[in-house]
Amino acid sequence: MQISSQELDVLQEIGNIGVGNAATALANLLQEKIDISVPQARFVSLEETIGIVGSIESAVVCVTLRVEGDIKATVLFIFSEEGAFQLIDLLTGMDPGSTAVIDEMGRSVAMEIGNILTGSFLGAIGELTGMRLTPSVPYLAHDMLGAILPTALAEFGYNDDQVLMIQTTFTRNTGDAIHSKFVLLPDVMSLKQLFLSLGMEQ
Amino acid sequence: MVLIEIHIGIAEYGVTKAPYKLATLGLGSCVGVCLFDRTVLVAGMAHIMLPDSTSFKAATKPAKFADLGVPLLVRDMERLGARASRVQAKLAGGAQMFMSNDKSSVLNIGQRNVGAVKAALSGFGIRILSEDVGGSVGRTIIFDSRTGELSIRSLGKGTKVI
Repeated sequence: MQISSQELDVLQEIGNIGVGNAATALANLLQEKIDISVPQARFVSLEETIGIVGSIESAVVCVTLRVEGDIKATVLFIFSEEGAFQLIDLLTGMDPGSTAVIDEMGRSVAMEIGNILTGSFLGAIGELTGMRLTPSVPYLAHDMLGAILPTALAEFGYNDDQVLMIQTTFTRNTGDAIHSKFVLLPDVMSLKQLFLSLGMEQ
Repeated sequence: MVLIEIHIGIAEYGVTKAPYKLATLGLGSCVGVCLFDRTVLVAGMAHIMLPDSTSFKAATKPAKFADLGVPLLVRDMERLGARASRVQAKLAGGAQMFMSNDKSSVLNIGQRNVGAVKAALSGFGIRILSEDVGGSVGRTIIFDSRTGELSIRSLGKGTKVI
C-alpha cells in the first residue's frame, strides 16, 4: 500500500494529538513540565530507525506495547538508562541517584509508565477517529539500543526493508534536560481503515 | 599490521580474507553467523534477523533470513577460495530482549532464529565450533579472519572470546 505525502501529514497531525495527550499524562504523573517536539512521520530503513533514536551501543530502557484493533501498531518508549533511573527515583519517592539497576520495582514502574502513556495516546486517537484500539501488556528491555529496536521489529512482524516510523521527543526540563523518544510504528496495511474513517479517498 | 574491521549492517552479510576483521554491532534477537575456513583464512559473517523467508514474496535483503543468508555466505566464501567441507561456524546472538510480567506473553524470536541458522548450517554439513546464544543480553561481535576468534562484547559484562 502506498502512503501519499498528504496521508503522512495526517498521520503526523493525529500523532501530535495523541502525543500531546500522553505528554499531559506524564506531566501529571511527574508533576512537572514536559516539552514535546512535533512528531515526524516517514519511511525509514532498519538502520535509520536506530540512528533517529540514538547510537547503536548506547544503554537504553525500552517499554513496548503492541496495539491491536482497527489499527495495528507498535508503540515504543525509549529512555536513556540514566533518564529511566531518574524517573524510577522520582516515581518511587527515592532520593535522586538511588536507582542504579532496574530491579523488580523499577521494571514495574517503567512498565506502568508505558501503560499510562500508551493509554493516553490511544485514548486521544480513539476519540478523534472513533476507532477501537487495544494495547497489549507492556514488554520491557534494558540493553543496547541497537539490540532492542531490531528485536522489536522482528518480534512484531515488520519484515519489509522500510518501516513507517512516527517519532517525537519528550523532554523533562528540570535540571539537566532529559530526552526520551516516543515511537509509533503503524502496520501500513492497517491504515486504510483510518484514512477511510477520516473521509480520505484511497 | 592491518587492523581493518568490515562492518556488517542489520540483515546484511560479508566475506573477507585475512588480515581483516568482520564486525556487527548490537545483536539482540538477531543471530551473528560467523564462518571460517582455516586453510585459506577466509571468513564470513551474516546478521540474520528472521528464521524463514518462505512466507515473504520479495526478499530484497536475503541475508535477513537464515534460510537464504547461510547459503549466500557459503557461496561468497567459496568464491574467495573456501570450501564448504572445511568451513566451521561460530554463533552469537538470538537473545530474548523483551520481558513481560505476563508469563503467557513471551516474545522469543531469537530462539527461532538460532534454530533456523543451525538447520541451514547442517544442510551444508558445517560444524559449530562454539556458540554464545540465547540469554537476555545484546551482543557486539568481532570476528578475526586470521585466527577464527570471535570476540563478544555486552553492556556491563566486558568482552569474551569464543
